[in-house]
Amino acid sequence: MNEAHKIIKTVDIAKVYGMGDISVAALRGINIEIAEGEFVAIMGPSGSGKSTLMHILGCLSRPSSGQYFLDGEDVSGLNKTQLAAVRNKKIGFIFQAYNLLARTTALQNVTLPLLYNRTNNKNKEEGFEKARAMLELVGLSERIHHQPHELSGGQQQRVAIARALVNDPVMVIADEPTGNLDTHSGGEIMNLLHKLHEQGTTIVMVTHDPKTAVHTQRTINLIDGLVDNITHNGKHKAAEISA
Amino acid sequence: MKPLEALSIAWEAILKNKVRSFLTMLGIIIGVSAVIIMVAISAGTEATIQEQITSLGSNLVFVQSSFSRGGPGQQQQGGLVYDDAAAIETGVDGVTAVVVEQNSSENVKYGDVTLESVEVLGTTTGFPSVRDMEIGEGRYFTEKEIERKSKVAILGYTMAQELFGERNPVGQYITVGNTKLAVIGVFKEKGLVGNTDFDSRIYLPISVVFQKFTPSMFARFMGDRVRMIYIEVDPKANLDNIITQIELLLVKRHEVTLETADFSVTTQQDIISTRESTTAAFRSLLAWVAGVSLIVGGIGIMNIMLVSVTERTREIGIRQSVGATPEDIRLQFLTEALLLSIVGGLIGIIVGVAGAYIFGALSDMRTVISVSSILLAFGSSAVVGAFFGYYPANQASQLDPIEALRYE
Repeated sequence: MNEAHKIIKTVDIAKVYGMGDISVAALRGINIEIAEGEFVAIMGPSGSGKSTLMHILGCLSRPSSGQYFLDGEDVSGLNKTQLAAVRNKKIGFIFQAYNLLARTTALQNVTLPLLYNRTNNKNKEEGFEKARAMLELVGLSERIHHQPHELSGGQQQRVAIARALVNDPVMVIADEPTGNLDTHSGGEIMNLLHKLHEQGTTIVMVTHDPKTAVHTQRTINLIDGLVDNITHNGKHKAAEISA
Repeated sequence: MKPLEALSIAWEAILKNKVRSFLTMLGIIIGVSAVIIMVAISAGTEATIQEQITSLGSNLVFVQSSFSRGGPGQQQQGGLVYDDAAAIETGVDGVTAVVVEQNSSENVKYGDVTLESVEVLGTTTGFPSVRDMEIGEGRYFTEKEIERKSKVAILGYTMAQELFGERNPVGQYITVGNTKLAVIGVFKEKGLVGNTDFDSRIYLPISVVFQKFTPSMFARFMGDRVRMIYIEVDPKANLDNIITQIELLLVKRHEVTLETADFSVTTQQDIISTRESTTAAFRSLLAWVAGVSLIVGGIGIMNIMLVSVTERTREIGIRQSVGATPEDIRLQFLTEALLLSIVGGLIGIIVGVAGAYIFGALSDMRTVISVSSILLAFGSSAVVGAFFGYYPANQASQLDPIEALRYE
């Protein structure tokens, strides 16, 4: 196990919104490291900067200052097109609101990231094959031709997870993945994330719910744009469990 | 993203919103079909005019009387006279036939029927062949009848119908002005040529017109005035040379200069050119009108695409989050606009061709569908789609992924 390999390493990341005199610092110098195979929660009250940090870690926006190394590569200076390519290849997103394309089947939703993958040598049929495998992994092989409105919230979130995994990303970013779900479905989704973690997937989960966060290995607590503290939770690393 | 994938995404997006897609395309459909129909109408009109001009007869030179440009106090020149025709026939090389016309407007009477202000045309024996007229019944008058000033008449096709209805006019007598004339023939139907209705006239030996309808006190020493001389020339002869010869001859005979000439010489080619420039102006006017409707159609596409970009902000955000670059998003929306206008253009071609055909079948106007108009209309619809699709597509590509994902 390459324990030393850091998927995420940030150096003094700051994000300032607004311009001129009226500016708000959402992040004021974040230094965190997340290793390959970790399952980490980012927590904090609203206004603490956790969404802003998630956007930067997810390459949806750039830090105002500081450096961000993703999978060993400095991505803090990349332009929009380059960031899009990084998101495509290295990051899988799971959103609170699922964010599936409406009137599009589960299978087509899962193949969407393959469409934008420039290094993808798969033809259309191979792409569908991969997408089917991902849907089977999340337990939805019976529903691949259903459209989002024909699926329950939990099922939609499983489609979203399958989509997040289809390009074999180096990490999955989950933004309040159980926020829109009832306790039962939410529990199922958390079990699925744990299963993925045990198979070696690096997961960064943003949440405000301590009960959800406690199931991860570490919780990074943010307050006022700074890391307040890092707590280690009960869960062990996948490698340690399997050992 | 590969262009083919962009095409299939665009096609699916169009199919998901069939009604809206159709309404968006409507502007282009109307624009393209308008171009095709309007060009078909103007091409049809041109073809009709071309045929009419050809039916004037071939290789004709027209010499017309015009007002003398002599100043006040100077004696008015007589214009063209009958003897000019004979002089041209003998004095100009390459002339195959000469026909003279003099006209008058008279009341015509047969039995109870009286027609007012009928055009009475005095002419010579060469008239039917030079003006491409055929005798339907009876016969045309002879050289001898002109010499003798015989009181005979040939009727135009509609004139015969108006005066005699179903009866045979040949052998009957009509009264023109105060003169009684024997009808010896009726022309076959000729129709309108330019603005002249050949069928509603009465044709007489020119000598009778001189004597009875256009007598002149100058005639004794100047000769009888005529309105027009037609000269049919040898097709192999040099037309410009013949025109020069005619002009020199008439200038000498009339004792005028080219600047003060009391006649004008035109050729069939001049008439064709005039007609062509008129129809060209007509055609470009129609093309502009149709072009404007294409642009309006393009603005319609831009409008709907802008609405569509706003409506689909979340979709754009989702695509961006899974790795769509600004270029991918732009390509997707540009392809959609292009596809809308191209499909609209194709439907427009079908509507336009069918419309031109139906219009031609139901109205008196002739339509000629031209391939170039189809290509032009289709090509410009694609250009319009690309031009007006670019702005909305670019707007879409510039959306911030975080904002786009938050959009409700």
